[in-house]
Amino acid sequence: MDLMTISATPAQDPAQARPRLRLATVWLAGCSGCHMSFLDLDEFLFELAEAVDIVYSPVASDTKIYPEQVDVCLVEGAVANVDNLELALTLRQRTALVISFGDCAISANVPGLRNLCSAPGRDSARTVLERGYLELADASAQLPFAPGIVPELLPKVLPLHEVIPVDLYLPGCPPSAERIRAAIAPLLVGQRPRMEGASMLRFG
Amino acid sequence: MSVVTLQVDGRDVAVPAGSTLLQAIRAAGLSVPTLCDLEGLEPVGACRLCLVELEGSQRLLPACASEASEGQVIRTDTAQLQGYRRMAVELFFAEGNHVCAFCVANGTCELQDVAVAVGMDHSRFPYQYPQRSVDASHPRFSLDHNRCILCTRCVRVCDQIEGAHVWDVAERGSDCRIVAGLDQPWGEVDACTSCGKCVDVCPTGALFAKEDTTAEKHPHPERAGQLRRAREQRQWIS
Repeated sequence: MDLMTISATPAQDPAQARPRLRLATVWLAGCSGCHMSFLDLDEFLFELAEAVDIVYSPVASDTKIYPEQVDVCLVEGAVANVDNLELALTLRQRTALVISFGDCAISANVPGLRNLCSAPGRDSARTVLERGYLELADASAQLPFAPGIVPELLPKVLPLHEVIPVDLYLPGCPPSAERIRAAIAPLLVGQRPRMEGASMLRFG
Repeated sequence: MSVVTLQVDGRDVAVPAGSTLLQAIRAAGLSVPTLCDLEGLEPVGACRLCLVELEGSQRLLPACASEASEGQVIRTDTAQLQGYRRMAVELFFAEGNHVCAFCVANGTCELQDVAVAVGMDHSRFPYQYPQRSVDASHPRFSLDHNRCILCTRCVRVCDQIEGAHVWDVAERGSDCRIVAGLDQPWGEVDACTSCGKCVDVCPTGALFAKEDTTAEKHPHPERAGQLRRAREQRQWIS
């Protein structure tokens, strides 16, 4: 980053001299509300599009494989199934700065309520599947089983930081667009946001 | 009136004898986070957020439940205390089932407030997901044990202000919980006057009015102090 600044011509805006940030957003076990809030950034999305390459995102990219050398990744949602887990491990390997984006990534939040439903001797995955597909079924009771197509539930829903190291936490259900912007904008100029006070930290 | 003088974070402060350390801290223009403390109720030292360091002592003191004495040198905001406070708040979240997103107290919750105050952006302790219940047997109010932090404000306001003593604390450790009457459904406790003071002072969404849904609770923690002052100063007699 410093080398880029030094080699830039004096007339050039230092921000222009930076390599474009490679930004990803990921949707694990969540309601997509954090991504909806991200879209609420409205006109700031144009500024963002000027400053970054969105290399992976359910709302802004059609790429199916998480790419290499990602600078920043916003991860919405808890880790609830084997697909979530695999993607979490992959993105950690390929991303410099991983952000737990919203309360589900931070605390498992609503998807984590499944953890309360665990009958004696059975984990919560088994308990909710049996409840949903066997006990409450009418004629065609059967547990879903389609390896490679329908991802298996993990025994327990986990917050992201219990699966991979997380670099920054952006709470909220969802985080407001203002909070998302205040967290992202410093990253565009190579700085870390100050996650302090009710405007940046409050859960819910 | 005799006075004691002490030092809080380097500031000299004089308070009436018998004052608590918390009162001395506030008299010095400083603050520490609190949850169980409430003006109008006797202090109990349950939440441990107001722990302070006393020079010459290894023990940390709960400021709300410790008497200020002459010549004390108190520190309220050291790195050690900041660390313990954040840890205590994380443990509050981890030991209950606090899901702010659809809580009746979302936005007015004092546990949310202290999480911000101590800079909690996540919990380092895995959430425990304890099996707890909701008592909706009272016609007007409900008690959601999932969201109770055992501050005992409800126990104290009912005993000390309303004089009904409906609430108590039962069991120990992680089984510890608030009980109504002789561990009965709340709605079956004849002693309850349905005054709602416990709901007013509850810092979280544990006690709430039945008509309130997500983020609709309007707590009134100030009422305990108002009633206490009115009685002591006989404000209702013209």
